[in-house]
Amino acid sequence: MGGYILKRLVSAIPVLFGITVIVFLIMAMIPGDPALAILGSYATPENVEKLNRDLGLDQPLVARYFIWLGNMLTGDFGRSFSLNRPVIDEVLDRFSATLILAGTSFVLCAIFGIAAGVVSAARQYGFADKAITFAVLLGISIPSFFLGMMMILLFAVRWKMLPVSGMYAIYGGGDLPDLLNHLIMPAIALAVVATGVVARLSRSAMLEVLRQDFVRTARAKGVREGRVIWGHALRAAMVSIIPVLGVQAGFVLSGAVYIEMVFQWPGVGRMLVDAILKRDILLVQGGVVFVAACYVMFNIAVDVAQSLLDPRIKT
Amino acid sequence: MTDTFFNWTRRGVLAAGVAMSLALGAVAPAEAQTPPGVLIVGQIAEPKALDPAAVTAVNDFRILMNLYDGLVRYKSGTLEVEPALATGWEISEDGTEYTFTLREGVTFHDGTEFNAEAVKFNFDRMLDEEHPYHDTGPFPLAFFFSAVEEVSVVDPLTVTFKLNAPYAPFLSNLAYPTGLIVSPAAVEQYGADFGRNPSGTGPFTFAEWRSNEAVVVEANADYWDGAPGTQAVVFRPITDANTRTAEMLAGGIDVMVEVPPVALSEFQGDDFTVLEQAGPHVWFLILNAKEGPFAEKAVRQAANYAINKSALVEEVLEGTADVAAGPTPPAFAWAYNESLEPYPYDPEKAKELLAEAGAEGAELTFYVTEGGSGMLDPVAMGTAIQADLEAVGFDVTIETYEWNTFLGEVNPGLEGKADMAEMAWMTNDPDTLPYLALRTDAWPDKGGFNSGYYSNPEVDTLLEEARVATDQEKRAELYKEMQTIVQEDAPWVFVANWKQNAVMNDRVENFALEPSFFLLLKDVVKN
Repeated sequence: MGGYILKRLVSAIPVLFGITVIVFLIMAMIPGDPALAILGSYATPENVEKLNRDLGLDQPLVARYFIWLGNMLTGDFGRSFSLNRPVIDEVLDRFSATLILAGTSFVLCAIFGIAAGVVSAARQYGFADKAITFAVLLGISIPSFFLGMMMILLFAVRWKMLPVSGMYAIYGGGDLPDLLNHLIMPAIALAVVATGVVARLSRSAMLEVLRQDFVRTARAKGVREGRVIWGHALRAAMVSIIPVLGVQAGFVLSGAVYIEMVFQWPGVGRMLVDAILKRDILLVQGGVVFVAACYVMFNIAVDVAQSLLDPRIKT
Repeated sequence: MTDTFFNWTRRGVLAAGVAMSLALGAVAPAEAQTPPGVLIVGQIAEPKALDPAAVTAVNDFRILMNLYDGLVRYKSGTLEVEPALATGWEISEDGTEYTFTLREGVTFHDGTEFNAEAVKFNFDRMLDEEHPYHDTGPFPLAFFFSAVEEVSVVDPLTVTFKLNAPYAPFLSNLAYPTGLIVSPAAVEQYGADFGRNPSGTGPFTFAEWRSNEAVVVEANADYWDGAPGTQAVVFRPITDANTRTAEMLAGGIDVMVEVPPVALSEFQGDDFTVLEQAGPHVWFLILNAKEGPFAEKAVRQAANYAINKSALVEEVLEGTADVAAGPTPPAFAWAYNESLEPYPYDPEKAKELLAEAGAEGAELTFYVTEGGSGMLDPVAMGTAIQADLEAVGFDVTIETYEWNTFLGEVNPGLEGKADMAEMAWMTNDPDTLPYLALRTDAWPDKGGFNSGYYSNPEVDTLLEEARVATDQEKRAELYKEMQTIVQEDAPWVFVANWKQNAVMNDRVENFALEPSFFLLLKDVVKN
């Protein structure tokens, strides 16, 4: 197992290296530069040139890449032009906010998605199955940002039950109940689509398993139905559900961008959008590399988890 | 078998339902009303820094104007300068030496004294590359003071600015946020992190900056111009306009700036007041006067007649702007030529002019931006303009660009690429825009913004003279004459002057918008 993990980690290195090259080139190629974004209407060639010199952008592309890469390998991600603070501080702050949001949504979609899928499979063509299938279709069809705005209108503006936006109350608060209070709406809005997808695939995975011999044997032995479904069958079905969860984790991470905009959640997705519009090169590069690294690690973790559940997968 | 299963789920569902409602019940009361004495302002973005020399965005200026003072400031409700940290000034005969007398007994929030040395430190930091704290930049707007050759301390309360040539906008540039005075001791202490640990002399002192959540400032009870009306102001960045509107409706913020036109109708009840203030802003179309159909003056005038500007400001912008008459916004009341009338909407006249010039059916390439500072609703406006121009016989093709890309295309000049482009400017002096965008010496290849290559020697002379005249009445006369000529020559289609808007709820008093578009909160009261 140790060897397998190590092998996967080593194979991640060229991926990450490729990401640094791609994100660097994209930021270098898109039209408009940071000086233009900072100066706006006042961007005379003379002012742009001076500012680029002050920002260290007057050096050749290749030199800039290796300076950046070298600094990054020593843990120095540089300083953001648009926020005037170290990139790594901003990325870590923002990434932890995204993790709280995406993590909560992920847990919600895993629990409710699997539960709904299992219930529907166990009661195939029954009332519960039809109700769940209908709800799932509805959930998959609603864009998350629209759902988010509707939730704000109802729960925050009309009924004033929950705060509109942000992560903590501006005055007072700052504790866990305050955080949960702000988290409910964005987490649910973000989880809905993923829950639907997980529910659908869990249902079909379970149906597949429920037809197999060992399920019939268990039932014949007189094992209680609840245990057959949630114990024997679900465990077998998890082998095909886990990769889906892995994909959904990526989905909630990227879907968080919209939700962070709508709910003003101070996460990394919103940070990247702002940074791209402001041509904040170092912040975009640092942020993307960091997020990509986390995503690669997460994928490795999913594969490892899968191989623990099913020892046949180990190549 | 099914019974056990069903029972299990029913119990499960029940338990989950109870747990959910408990969780909701436990956290719901946490949403309290905002406290009295604390004004919460909805901003459009996270500030870059709270160092006035380092920032360029109006969004950041809104905070800075409450933390710092400049030597001079705009008189409330106007764009004319009055004393602030300087109690008075004298200008030498030749207009190259400004001597300021400073206010006595003013201290920075960090307790250090405000004096002539502090003033010198501020300008040397921005302008002198050898200055030990020049590396706390970059200072993108330092060129506002590029005329300053030397700042010298005469005595602790007297400071002299020597300019390399007479430069009339100097005083109003000092009133701009780039001229705000920061505490030298704080810069020395924090270096590049000064922008997150600001210290000035203003009506509010910096309390805390929670990244992406809020900047909190507290009342400075010892302020030289009287104590503020609130205990504290909280600036919240809420970038999404819909979310900002929802926060305002839900009571999460007390004042909201830059209300999107479509959201204005939400605030018609008694609980809210909508404020409006025209500012030094002009929205126009640059016409390529060097080549193509617009090289002909009659065709440029035809475009001005063809576009229905009242419909644009009323329908597209929902009344958040006025029709512009010429290149200078009326907010510069002292320099504005009242006798100018906007080009009327007259498609027939436009067709006549086109027929005379033989330019019927002329093909035009029109650069439109997707967004950008002061651009209002550029895509919708671009489409409406296209329709108006086609109605009189032009054949218009729109090319749309993202803002930074757009600037990269337009600023180097339209030659060989396009016939017209959208543009908007917000400035602090009537000199700035025409000087940078209408003179022959401001063509892009000479480092200016005259992207349509307009050239009229008479206008050049008037602008050069106005820049060096230190007498305001004389300057006003020159600007008024310039506006008449430019309107007639029609190098641009003059479209709109934006009215900044804001909404406040019924707990806020004494709040007003300024023509400078700054947000001055000293006298605001929050109940």
